[in-house]
Amino acid sequence: MASIGFQKINEEDLAIRARPNSLGRYGIYGGQYVPETLMPALAELEEAAVEAWKDHSFVDELNRLLHSYVGRATPLYEAERLTEHYRRADGGPRIWLKREDLNHTGAHKINNALGQALLALRMGKTRIIAETGAGQHGVATATVCARFGLECVVYMGEEDMKRQALNVFRMRLLGAKVQPVTAGTATLKDATSEAIRDWVTNVESTHYILGSVAGPHPYPMLVRDFHAVIGAEAKKQCHEAFGRLPDVLIACVGGGSNAMGLFHPFVEEQSVRMIGVEAAGEGVGTSRHAATITEGSVGVLHGAMSLLLQDDEGQVQEAHSISAGLDYPGVGPEHSYLRDLGRAEYFSVTDDDALTALQLVSQLEGIIPALETAHAFAWLEELCPTLSQGTEIVINCSGRGDKDVNTVAQRIGVHL
Amino acid sequence: MKTEYSDKSTLSSCFESVRAQGRIALMPFFMAGDPDLSTSAKILLSLQESGADIIELGIPYSDPLADGPVIQASAARALKSGTTPSSVLEMLNNLREKITIPIVLFTYSNPLLHLGMERFCDEAARAGASGLVVPDLPLEEAEKLSSIASKRHLDLVLLVAPTTPLQRMQRITENSRGFTYLVSVTGVTGERAQMEARVGSLVEQLKRLSPNPIAVGFGISGPEQVSQVRSWGGDGAIVGSALVKRIASASPGREVEEAGRFCKELVKST
Repeated sequence: MASIGFQKINEEDLAIRARPNSLGRYGIYGGQYVPETLMPALAELEEAAVEAWKDHSFVDELNRLLHSYVGRATPLYEAERLTEHYRRADGGPRIWLKREDLNHTGAHKINNALGQALLALRMGKTRIIAETGAGQHGVATATVCARFGLECVVYMGEEDMKRQALNVFRMRLLGAKVQPVTAGTATLKDATSEAIRDWVTNVESTHYILGSVAGPHPYPMLVRDFHAVIGAEAKKQCHEAFGRLPDVLIACVGGGSNAMGLFHPFVEEQSVRMIGVEAAGEGVGTSRHAATITEGSVGVLHGAMSLLLQDDEGQVQEAHSISAGLDYPGVGPEHSYLRDLGRAEYFSVTDDDALTALQLVSQLEGIIPALETAHAFAWLEELCPTLSQGTEIVINCSGRGDKDVNTVAQRIGVHL
Repeated sequence: MKTEYSDKSTLSSCFESVRAQGRIALMPFFMAGDPDLSTSAKILLSLQESGADIIELGIPYSDPLADGPVIQASAARALKSGTTPSSVLEMLNNLREKITIPIVLFTYSNPLLHLGMERFCDEAARAGASGLVVPDLPLEEAEKLSSIASKRHLDLVLLVAPTTPLQRMQRITENSRGFTYLVSVTGVTGERAQMEARVGSLVEQLKRLSPNPIAVGFGISGPEQVSQVRSWGGDGAIVGSALVKRIASASPGREVEEAGRFCKELVKST
C-alpha cells in the first residue's frame, strides 16, 4: 500500500466534533446497539464524563494519581540500537519508544481504568466489572479497585485464563474475583459479552470499566480520552527531543485503545502518518487471524457498528492470535472511521513476525515488550526500508512482556 | 398506531380480538433450528394448535447479549445444526399455508444488518411474519428499520425496561409498532422464581402513556406468572427460556409434544 500521507482530508471530518458526532457516531460507525436496559446508564455515563472533564477537582485528582500512582509521564525513549539495526547505507528513520510499559501494572491500560474508577466513584457506583483478554486490563482494573476499595469482578475467557495464569493470580491477589467464561471460544469476545450481561443485570449498582475503545457510545470516546494522555505527552516530548512533530506513529491494534490514545492528539495534524498493526495470527490467508480492519466487513458487535470478522450469515467469527490482547474479532469504531477516511493506515503481522520482533527488541534494547506490542515492532521490518534519513518514528511500547514469557518459551521450544 | 383499515397491523388486531375474548395473549418463544429446522416447523404448528396467540421465533446469533444461559445454549445448538437467517425464513415460508397466527421474529442487529434491512424485511414479509423484535436495537437506532419494516406491513416492536425513565418510555411506546415489549427484569432472559413487584406499576404507567398493547417478557417461567401479567393489566405474556428448556430437555423425538403440552398448560392462565 502506498503512502497516503499527502492526500489532504477534509478537516471537518477530522475535527473533534465529528469524532464522535452528536449521535455518538464516527461516520457510519459507533452508535449504541445495546439492550434498552442499558440505555439510561449509557446516558448517565456520558453526562458524568462531560461534567467530570469540566470539573477542575476531577482533572486535578486524575492528574495527581496519574503522576504519583501510575508513574506518569512515561518517557519518550530513543531506541538507538533498534534505529541502528534498520539503518541503511543511505540512512534510515530514527525510532522512539513511548514507554507505556513503565506504567504501574506494566501497560497503558491503567490510564483508562484509573479514570473510569474515579468516574464510578463520582456516580456513586460501588461495584465494578470488567472484561479482560491478556489480563492487562483486568489487572489494571483490579488494581484501581483495590486502591479505592471497590468490589471488582473480572470476566475472562477460560482459554485466556490458561494462557495468562500469572495475570489471573495477580488479579486475585489484588482482591478481585476472576469469573471464568466458557461460552463460545472462551476468549475476549465471550468475556466481553458476559460482562455486558452482568451489567444488564446489575446496572443500578455497577459500573462497567470497558477496557478498549470499543463498545457502545460513550465508551469509545471515554476510553480514548483517558488514554489521550499518551499522545499528548508524546507530542510535547517530540518537541523537546527534536523540535517538531513526529513523522510516523505506530501502535498495535486489537480493540485499539493504545493506538487511539497515541493517535488522538495527532489526528488533525495531517503531516503525521498513523499506522495501526493488527494480528494476522497464522496468516490472513488462513481462517486463524484477528486482522479485523484489513480483513473484516461492516457489522455490529458489543454495542457498536464497526468492522468485524464475520461469516456469510453475519455470525461473528473466532479470532486467533498468539497474543490474548489482540485476539478479538472487532475493533473500535473510530479506527474503522480513520481507515475509511484514509487518515490512518492498518496492516497486519503474523504470530511468527511478532515473536521474532519480541526477541529482537529484547536483545537490542533490553526491553521485553508484550506480545501485543511486539506486533507494532514487527511492522518496522516492512516500514523502515521505505523511510528516508531523518524520519522520526514513535512506537507505542504499550506493555511489558513479563506476562508472556511462558507463551514465548513454549513457542520457541524452550522448556521452563 | 395507524387507524386506517388498510394499514391495520396484524399484531394489534390480534391483541384486540384476544382482549375481546377477555384473555391475554399467550406468546411462546423458541429458537429456530434447535435441534433442527424440521422439528422447529412442527413445534410452530404444535404451539398454534395448543392455543398460542402469537409466536416469537428466534433466529440464532453467535453473540446474544440480551440472553441468559438457556437461550444462549439454544442458539449455539441451532447454529451448530447449520441454521441461518435465510433458512429460518425459508422454513417459515414453507409453512405459510398452515400458519394462521401472527409470527414475530426475534433477531439481533448483526445478522439482520448483514443480510441488509430491506432484504431481510422483504424475505420476512414474504415468509408471512408480522413483526420483528431486535433486542439490541434501542429507540435511537430503530427509526430506519422501523420505516423499512412498516412499508412491508412488518411491525418493529420496541422494548421498554424497568430502568427506562418515564419520558423515554413515552417515546418508545409511541414509536413501537404492534405492541410494546415490557422487559420485566433488569437482566437477561431466563426463568425467575418470582416477578419483581414493580412490573405491575410499569404496566400501569405504560397503559397511561399509550393505547399500545403491552406484552410482558423475560423471566416468565410458568402459569402463575402468566396469571400475574393478566392481573396487572398486561395484554400478553411472552414465555421463552421456560419453553426452550423443556424443548431442550425432552427426549429426542418428543420435543414437539412437550412444547404443545407446556403451551396448553400456560393457555389456561391467560
